[in-house]
Amino acid sequence: MSDLTRRTAATLAEDLASGATTSVALTEAHLDRIDDVDTDVHAFLHVDRDGALAEAAESDARRARGEARGPLDGVPVAVKDVLATRGLPTTCGSRILEGWVPPYDATVVTRLRAAGLPILGKTNMDEFAMGSSTEHSAYGPTHNPWDLDRIPGGSGGGSAAAVAAFEAPLAIGTDTGGSIRQPGAVTGTVGVKPTYGGVSRYGLVALANSLDQAGPVTRTVLDAAMLHDVIGGHDPRDSTSIQQDWPSFTDAARAGSAGDMSGVKVGVVTELAGEGWQPGVMARFDESVELLVKAGAEVVEVSCPSFVHALAAYYLILPAEASSNLAKFDAMRYGLRVTPEGDPSAEDVMRATRDAGFGDEVKRRIILGTYALSSGYYDAYYGQAQKIRTLISRDFDAAFGDVDVLVSPTAPTTAFRLGEKLDDPMAMYLNDLATIPANLAGVPGISVPNGLADEDGLPSGFQVLAPALADDRVYRVGAALEALHLEQWGAPLLDKAPALEGPAR
Amino acid sequence: MTASTTAALMPFDDVLAAYDPALGLEVHVELNTASKMFCGCPAVFGGEPNAGTCPTCLGLPGAMPVVNGKAVESAIRIGLALNCEIAEWCRFARKNYFYPDMPKNFQTSQYDEPIAFDGWMDVTVPTEGGGDETFRVEIERAHMEEDTGKSLHVGGATGRIHGADHSLVDYNRAGIPLIEIVTRPILGAGERAPEVAKAYVSQLRELIVALGVSEARMDQGNLRADVNLSLSPKGSGVLGTRTETKNVNSFRSVERAVRFEMQRHAAILSGGGSILQETRHWHEDTGITTSGREKSDAEDYRYFPEPDLVPVAPSREWVEELRGTLPENPTARRARLQAEWGFSDLEMRDTVGAGALGLVEETIAAGTTPQAARKWWLGELARRSNEDGVDLADLPITPADVARIQALVDDKTVNDKLARQVFEGVLAGEGTPDEVVEKRGLAVVSDDGALGAAVDNAIAANPDVAEKIRDGKVAAAGALIGAVMKEMRGQADAGRVRELILEKLA
Repeated sequence: MSDLTRRTAATLAEDLASGATTSVALTEAHLDRIDDVDTDVHAFLHVDRDGALAEAAESDARRARGEARGPLDGVPVAVKDVLATRGLPTTCGSRILEGWVPPYDATVVTRLRAAGLPILGKTNMDEFAMGSSTEHSAYGPTHNPWDLDRIPGGSGGGSAAAVAAFEAPLAIGTDTGGSIRQPGAVTGTVGVKPTYGGVSRYGLVALANSLDQAGPVTRTVLDAAMLHDVIGGHDPRDSTSIQQDWPSFTDAARAGSAGDMSGVKVGVVTELAGEGWQPGVMARFDESVELLVKAGAEVVEVSCPSFVHALAAYYLILPAEASSNLAKFDAMRYGLRVTPEGDPSAEDVMRATRDAGFGDEVKRRIILGTYALSSGYYDAYYGQAQKIRTLISRDFDAAFGDVDVLVSPTAPTTAFRLGEKLDDPMAMYLNDLATIPANLAGVPGISVPNGLADEDGLPSGFQVLAPALADDRVYRVGAALEALHLEQWGAPLLDKAPALEGPAR
Repeated sequence: MTASTTAALMPFDDVLAAYDPALGLEVHVELNTASKMFCGCPAVFGGEPNAGTCPTCLGLPGAMPVVNGKAVESAIRIGLALNCEIAEWCRFARKNYFYPDMPKNFQTSQYDEPIAFDGWMDVTVPTEGGGDETFRVEIERAHMEEDTGKSLHVGGATGRIHGADHSLVDYNRAGIPLIEIVTRPILGAGERAPEVAKAYVSQLRELIVALGVSEARMDQGNLRADVNLSLSPKGSGVLGTRTETKNVNSFRSVERAVRFEMQRHAAILSGGGSILQETRHWHEDTGITTSGREKSDAEDYRYFPEPDLVPVAPSREWVEELRGTLPENPTARRARLQAEWGFSDLEMRDTVGAGALGLVEETIAAGTTPQAARKWWLGELARRSNEDGVDLADLPITPADVARIQALVDDKTVNDKLARQVFEGVLAGEGTPDEVVEKRGLAVVSDDGALGAAVDNAIAANPDVAEKIRDGKVAAAGALIGAVMKEMRGQADAGRVRELILEKLA
């Protein structure tokens, strides 16, 4: 494995700035790594070797002219296949969008390009981001680099696995109920869900518009912060994006990496732990909390009683919005078209296409959402769910009145085996128990790797949640915890992952 | 079209003896904003199909809407002009249903939180006695939404979807801002129901034009009326089952459609049948409605708040500022114009009744006297509008054209008779009034040389008449003028001809 692929984005940025390497060299190194290991990992649905190398060459030329556009100019990135990329296929992991090449870029992608980051390709995901294992991708699952028989989390398993397998230094994910953070936890990587409205959703193919948020998927907190600084900020094309100046998250991460937690009050959420949680995950969590205390943090226990209803509310709001969002996939203008025998009407074509083009999980949620919005049921389901959402926001407000950040394990378990929960949707949904409240309330969250569970030797994640707009806090606390663990371990956690030395394995 | 023969109708007077009609009108107004409701594409329908589109109005995966502030402003001004309350906070909602010309398979509209609600408009309907009767039409709501694309069904005999070989969709119209104005049930109009419906739509159009928020041309689909009608047994006060008639694209058709549906409903009800709650289509050519899709209570649009848009919360200061930009109310305006123009009550009533108030006003503004403006719009042009079955406003002639033709009469380029030919030419699309005069060679001759020769010919051909004039019987000049006009094919200045005759025979 090339040494270039082992480096963090921040290090690569320094190497580019000092002339120690070129964008073409490191982009090529990552493309080669993809060639070597992605047959096994299957993190990518589409690799754009030519495009990425051309962008890398332009980056090198810019830098040679002294016109580098920012620290990450020339550092390659992988993009979850749910974001529209001009000229690159965008399938959302679904058959129904097979062959669709968007005529426009999502704002996040526009910003990546504007900052000079070559785009390596599009990463695998559960179909339309519905799932916690990437097994619902119509193009086959992604495999966890820690154990190829296990899931990489979902829906953004492709982005997390790409970063964990050193196929990309940086990736973009999207998080509707944990799809950035939970894959981060089970692959030993860092994932951040920004404040709702902090990163533009324009061009993000919506799963649930009121919950979706794009964010960074990386190996270190500093890398995540640097990437967030590139993609974040107000976008006039997304009227739910927040109009305000954000502080430098890079600065926040750098400040946090000193590992000083004095003056920070941390709340451990009572409801996000306990029975049903894997003992090894809980043990690592408790140790991380101890580290924070030793670093000067004041830690208290905080109860958020409405969180126990979060999963139920989420599984009404999400399918409701999704059922409407997915109506546009009707074979009329793009994507798959299935024409039944005989003399079919437009409606017959729509029906046949949707039947063939959507997977079971998507159909399940369309049916759930259609039902929840139906006249006569709206108040009982969608209406009630919105009330719970308000209560959850109030729980957060009350908690953040007392503490600076809330913490929990990111996911209840480490990576489970492929196929283990595929036929048990409820078991699958429970993976997102700890991550969903943040989406319902729109607050930011980070998952930082915090060790390996004793039972299975697989990574666990530590979640830090902050009030809306206070994304800098998750970087500060996340970077502190990361530094404290690094000091404890002596080397990054991912050094313990299998090397995945190519197709000969 | 079998429906025209199968739909039994009850004579209109018999309908009224047994039933009370309840009317409801839903009017869609296409705003004349520069850009669409939720994106920056031009809000102009027509042109190269699908040229005026972008990811947002095409509903491409990932694209998002952003509200057009100017459309919100227009919606608020319409609401204020209709005496509505303006919401302090309201949201858009998704109306979910599948249709090939709807890019997202949901329409972004408003549901239970309209921008404007609880208003009214006083509608004036002329009475047989020569007076006016005023109906207060209560406005339930006015809300913002986006238009759909337009399907073109190719092949097949009817141009409709059934029997077509294939269909094409033009999304240039998708996303053009619409304001939907919905009345409460209009009760108690009785025999006047068809007229009240027509007067409401016509006076609403007048208001929209005065606000300047839409071109408001019914023939162009800028203003589209859906007519809801139900009958209840006379005096029962119980609302019956309603039908919703769409595609009613002129004032006359609104009146005719209400009348037709009243007669059709009554025939069914009196025969012991029941009305099917459904959408019906109006056929301008045959003057009937036919069944469209069935609209049962089971139809469920699964409305929910549009999560891609933030709520619209117009400040009270802004609303008051917009209130200050409203044109005067139509009743006050009519009174003012009548006084300014010196019209009699009857003249004013006819002008309003013909839907010509704004047209006359614009013609006067272009430099014509009130009486001349009225004469053309209620004479020549009203005749044409009746013949062609189109509303006055939809005739292919502008108030500026009318004013120009009158100016041509005033400066004696044409006389009254020739002016009618100029109207014909303009209506036939031959160009501006001046171009028509030029192309048709209609200018009257007042050149003494040409006229003199014609006068001499007339005198020579009618020596007995000439003799009478020489004897002082000036009234006999008419016969010679007629002869000159005949020779000049009508294109002579009759006044000058008379002068020349009298000079020559003095």
